[in-house]
Amino acid sequence: MISVYHYMILAAILFAIGTFGVLTRKNTIVIFMCIELMLNSVNLTFIALSRHLGNMDGQIFVFFVMTVAAAEAAVGLALIIAFYRNKESIDVDDFNLLKW
Amino acid sequence: MEALLFYLVALVAVLSAFFVTKCRNTVNSALCLVTTFLCLAVYYVMLEAPFMAAIQIMVYAGAIMVLIVFVIMLLNIGSVGKSVYRHGLIWATGLGFLIFLIAAKFIAGGTVTKKVGTVTSEVVKDYGHTELIGTAMFTEFLLPFEIASILLLVAIVGAVILSKRKV
Amino acid sequence: MYNNLWLIPFFPLVGSIINGLLGKKIKNEKVIGSIGTLAIFASFLVACQNFFGLLGSEQKVFQETVASWMTIGNLQVDWGFLLDPLSAVMIMVVTGVGSLIHLYSIGYMHGEVGFYRFFSYLNLFCFSMLMLVLGNNALVMFIGWEGVGLCSYLLIGYYFEKKSAGDAAKKAFVVNRIGDFGFLCGLLTLFWALGSKGVWTLNFVEISENAHLLQSGGLLVTVVTLCFFLGATGKSAQIPLYTWLPDAMEGPTPVSALIHAATMVTAGVYMIGRMNILFAMSPTTMMVVAIVGAATAIFAASIGFAQNDIKRVLAYSTVSQLGYMFLAMGVGAFTAGIFHLMTHAFFKACLFLGSGSVIHGMHHGYHHAHLHDDPQDMRNMGGLAKKMPITYWTFLLSTIAIAGVPLFSAFFSKDEILWWAFGSTRGHWGLWLVGVIAAGMTAFYMFRCVSMTFWGPQKTDPKAKDHIPESPLTITIPLIILAFLAVVGGYVGVPAILGGANHIHHFFEPVFGHAQELYRIEAHGAHATEYALMAISVLVAFAGIGIAIYMYLKKPELPGKFTAAFSGLHRAVFNKWYIDELYDFLFVNPTKKIGTFLWRGFDVCVVDGVVNGTAWVVKGLSAGLRFTQSGFLHNYAAAMVVGVVVIVGYYVFG
Repeated sequence: MISVYHYMILAAILFAIGTFGVLTRKNTIVIFMCIELMLNSVNLTFIALSRHLGNMDGQIFVFFVMTVAAAEAAVGLALIIAFYRNKESIDVDDFNLLKW
Repeated sequence: MEALLFYLVALVAVLSAFFVTKCRNTVNSALCLVTTFLCLAVYYVMLEAPFMAAIQIMVYAGAIMVLIVFVIMLLNIGSVGKSVYRHGLIWATGLGFLIFLIAAKFIAGGTVTKKVGTVTSEVVKDYGHTELIGTAMFTEFLLPFEIASILLLVAIVGAVILSKRKV
Repeated sequence: MYNNLWLIPFFPLVGSIINGLLGKKIKNEKVIGSIGTLAIFASFLVACQNFFGLLGSEQKVFQETVASWMTIGNLQVDWGFLLDPLSAVMIMVVTGVGSLIHLYSIGYMHGEVGFYRFFSYLNLFCFSMLMLVLGNNALVMFIGWEGVGLCSYLLIGYYFEKKSAGDAAKKAFVVNRIGDFGFLCGLLTLFWALGSKGVWTLNFVEISENAHLLQSGGLLVTVVTLCFFLGATGKSAQIPLYTWLPDAMEGPTPVSALIHAATMVTAGVYMIGRMNILFAMSPTTMMVVAIVGAATAIFAASIGFAQNDIKRVLAYSTVSQLGYMFLAMGVGAFTAGIFHLMTHAFFKACLFLGSGSVIHGMHHGYHHAHLHDDPQDMRNMGGLAKKMPITYWTFLLSTIAIAGVPLFSAFFSKDEILWWAFGSTRGHWGLWLVGVIAAGMTAFYMFRCVSMTFWGPQKTDPKAKDHIPESPLTITIPLIILAFLAVVGGYVGVPAILGGANHIHHFFEPVFGHAQELYRIEAHGAHATEYALMAISVLVAFAGIGIAIYMYLKKPELPGKFTAAFSGLHRAVFNKWYIDELYDFLFVNPTKKIGTFLWRGFDVCVVDGVVNGTAWVVKGLSAGLRFTQSGFLHNYAAAMVVGVVVIVGYYVFG
């Protein structure tokens, strides 16, 4: 029988992989996708726990996470395009103006 | 049967997630991510949340991923050279592992409570998942729902402003 | 009936605002002058109504609260006004003399550039002065106190393009501030002292009622009253803070008449009268007041001997007469002090305005002859009696009055002061002696002034000689009225032994009687003594007059011989006993040096050093810390993840 623990461990694995991706990749879009992956892992725990506890609130929360993710995608990608227009690059190492 | 399905899908999800971080070609990463999303949608179905599975596919695997692929195409980013596409591998591995460890410990340390809510499998079957979501959304969570709509509007305006060549 | 007290200061305030804001647009001197004069005249009418109402009323103390100012804890301060015999006399003097001087100024200031400015300041001054005398609590009084100081500053510096005028204004302001500091210290100490006995108040009536809570003759009340007296010395030009008043003559003459003779400089006397019960409680302070007053009276009179500037003579005379008032206050003759204040306001205002008229005429003559001599120097005058008869007669009458000739006003007031100085329980024959000598000196230098100005041969430059006209009506009418008052003003206080009823004494009974009765301050002595003292002072006055006329009219060469014989003494007197130089040496230059040291040594090195040092330390630390701001996204992300790991790890493993 698959318990809620299974789902949560799976979510933890996905979250760790997402973190790993954010920390290693230089490509902004890939980093962005890794963040989406982390968000999804959290969504999985929400729905698993919601199911486990017999309460809809977690699923409603997932709905709002998706909304935020959509907004984030729109704005984030617009930022990436604007950046690309200036630097001809989407490598985060070129985002280095904010320093000493 | 259910356990087999779970592990199978979990294997696919973890592998594809790993390949998101590994592929040199951004398009490949994007496709791997879509795979992960689809795997999660399967889980949502298994968790008796068909509506969530549907919007997972439509919004995530559909809208958002299309947007990302669209940007990738637009910027014409191909695969990059061998040595430069990522860095800090050991550090990041350590940190990611640490995160997993902590989460696992946290989960293992938790105690399983009884069902406290009223939503059981029977209720979902009788009443329908979409209706449940809808009822909750438009009664208890009406205000956050409206705020979310405003958030989306702001995001649209922001995206338009940012993408304009001359502000 | 007494609900219109607030109108008295209100009218001048309105006049000041109108002239100050719109005067530049109005331009027409007649309109500006009329606004200013009518504003103060309206106050005068209201003051008359209140004064005569008070005369006919049984109740002698009225308070009127216009609005609440502030409420702090137990302390309630109102915009309140107090009408009692003391303030009634003061408002009559301020508005009455003020009205005449405003009228005079229309003629005197004719053609000046800042005509509107002058009237605006003058009205503002009247407002402040009326707030000072009418305020029913010390804070309202303090507003007036500071306000008159400000207006004095503005008016002394009226000809601000002249450096000497600007310096004199600054000097007056700074010296006044020293006194104001004392006043404020006294006020706060009194407030605290009464508050610690459970009475948190600044209201004068309540202070008088609760003064007995403080120990009579104790250290506290002595300190409080000495602080108040320091304030009074600043405002009323007493030793040691008198030096600003002679310099204040840089202002236009009406200003000297109104502020530096009739009203503002008497604020200190008024204040002691207002706080009479506190002063009565401290014999030590009373003694200090009396000694300082007597010393100032004789000291300033001595300087008056050798001044050649007509206004400076009058200025030292004012200082000397103020000394008389303080002498009166110090020996407990509160009524006599205020009485002398009133008569002094009349004759000294008349003298100043007369001197202004002379200066006006001399200026006119010099202007006609295109000369640039000093129109205020008495050595260039002489024989003006025929040229300006009205000015001459009013000036002469006032001079006779100030000299203490019997039946003129100052005779009564001065004599009562001298009698109290001799016979009061707080008096001493030494004080009396100084007072009498000062009276003789006053008679001498005032008649010296008249001799040099109006009598004898005319010493004016021949070219200007025949072009010195009598002044216009706006100038002479106030002179005539003031001269009349200077002559008859004393008859409200004819002492009992001369068959008078001493009305003013009974009038002031409700204000001063209590304190005098409680602390047994009274003048006693045989009638014979009183007659003898009176005879001596009259003789001394006539002697002074006689010597002056003899020296400056009959034998004009005598003064020259005198100065030659006592050249050292003459030089010292002529240079005002070098007091200004002494103050420069003792206080001003050390203060400047300390200031320079604080600037160069403390400010530049320590303050700037601390500020710059802080900046350097921060800069040094941030030079190290800024390397954390690598600008690379991954570093920031890693930092975030580490943070999450640490915090969550703490809860999970901790």
